[in-house]
Amino acid sequence: MNKNNIGYLLKEGVRGVFLHGFRSFAAVCVTVACLIIMGSFCLISLNLNVMVSELESENEVLAYIDENYSEAEAKSVGSQINMIANVKNAVFVSREKALEQFVSEQDDASIFEGIDAETLRDRFEVTLVDNTIMKQTVSDIEQINGVVKTSAHYEISDGFQTVRNVLNLTSAVIILVLLVVSLFIISNTVKLALYDRKEEIAIMRMVGATNSFIRLPFIVEGFLLGIIGSVIAFFIEWGVYDLLAERIEAMDTLQLFRIIPFTTVLPFVLVAYLITGFLVGVMGSMLSIRKFLQV
Amino acid sequence: MIELKDVELTYETGTKALKGVTLTIEDGEFVFLVGPSGSGKTSIIKLMTSELTPTAGTMFVNGFHLESIRARDIPYMRRTIGVIFRDFRLIADKTVYENVSFAMRVIGASDAEIKKRVPYVLELVGLENKGRRLPNELSGGEQQRVAIARALVNNPSMIIADEPTGNLDPQRSLEIMMLLEQINSLGTTVMVVTHAMELVNRFTKRVIAIDDGLIVSDGMDGYYTNE
Ligand SMILES: Nc1ncnc2c1ncn2[C@@H]1O[C@H](COP(=O)(O)OP(=O)(O)OP(=O)(O)O)[C@@H](O)[C@H]1O
Ligand SMILES: [Mg+2]
Repeated sequence: MNKNNIGYLLKEGVRGVFLHGFRSFAAVCVTVACLIIMGSFCLISLNLNVMVSELESENEVLAYIDENYSEAEAKSVGSQINMIANVKNAVFVSREKALEQFVSEQDDASIFEGIDAETLRDRFEVTLVDNTIMKQTVSDIEQINGVVKTSAHYEISDGFQTVRNVLNLTSAVIILVLLVVSLFIISNTVKLALYDRKEEIAIMRMVGATNSFIRLPFIVEGFLLGIIGSVIAFFIEWGVYDLLAERIEAMDTLQLFRIIPFTTVLPFVLVAYLITGFLVGVMGSMLSIRKFLQV
Repeated sequence: MIELKDVELTYETGTKALKGVTLTIEDGEFVFLVGPSGSGKTSIIKLMTSELTPTAGTMFVNGFHLESIRARDIPYMRRTIGVIFRDFRLIADKTVYENVSFAMRVIGASDAEIKKRVPYVLELVGLENKGRRLPNELSGGEQQRVAIARALVNNPSMIIADEPTGNLDPQRSLEIMMLLEQINSLGTTVMVVTHAMELVNRFTKRVIAIDDGLIVSDGMDGYYTNE
């Protein structure tokens, strides 16, 4: 195929988009809508995942040290805890410090005045890399000499895990459904274009045009619909995201939410949109062409 | 060259359209293919253009074995044949010039080739001044000339016409037939399917007659029927 042909085929594809202006417009609109919903779910999911991870990392395991150990001995247990692969960090809290912390958390601190720090144990506040295998790690910690007791909130870590799973699954299902919807829309638009030009196609076959020559303008048409859709969707997504982020941050006086700035995810969103637009456009048109251009 | 040997064609409906056709057409020949309605004329053309594959027998068309041709070779085989139909089959929203250049375009010809070739074939069919007209601004005879120009533009070795004069009055029909004869005299093989017996008998050409899927006569002495 020479340069001459490529130019002609591209021109034909572009012509197709404009020739069927309203239909193309409708297809682009639906694609844009689908991409925005897909993108929004991904971004919401991403934000929530990050928030959940942050909350999760505050879910510490406490490892209590044998009260007969001196502070120096207790600290040496810490290096062993740190050697466990899944341990991110183990912070030593002396019994005095623990008492202080405990007392300060009580409404009526006076009750506890005079309690001897010796009644408490030295401890490590251990944060994990991966909270999903908390149970395993806790039992590893318990194997260490000098660790007499641990306390961990499995229900919290399980809860976070469930939230995350539900979130990811919902997003995946919605994305899948919308992918199919946009694939169908573009496929249908190209199918109508094929029907419109049935006679032209018959003549092309008759005079000996190759199948790839017949197909290419329609693939270009689908490709353009997909790419135009993805570019528009990207900019709308950007605007809507920034707007919502601003609103949420303004309302969120407690600073509960921390929203990822769009500029951080911008390259990722752009590439994801372009790839999705490209695939949906090209695959959508190929689906129709395959059905239409048999033999 | 075209060579059919014991060609049979059975449609999916079970209709046996061709029941063992054997015939040879040499390069440069002009032949009429005649026969009553439903005898299998169009079926033979569809086989020659690889729209259909024979159920049995062998077919050799311009260097291609059609009974076993690969799908990706079919376009190249078709470029050796120009086809003309009774209903012209022009693209309504393209001008005469565009209808003809389209056929070159879609097989990958360059602008330069197109600019050179299209005016030449339009002149050959006598439409050099009508390039900018749309098909519906032309008479039936003129439209058929556009179709002939389109069939010729890629310089095929053979022209196949399925009832090219079926929609035309006797005078236009004669003109089209004379144009095809002229094209043949320039070296292109021509096969014309027709019902117009008086027209056939005005030319002294080879006439192949088919009836009920079988060749019933083949010769130079015209064709008479009591149909
Ligand atoms: N697509 C098809 N499916 C099934 N049967 C068909 C098909 N096309 C043609 N036939 C049958 O095959 C036989 C030959 O048809 P064909 O079109 O070749 O005849 P023909 O000689 O061209 O007739 P006409 O002069 O009327 O054009 C007829 O009996 C016809 O009904
Ligand atoms: Mg017929």
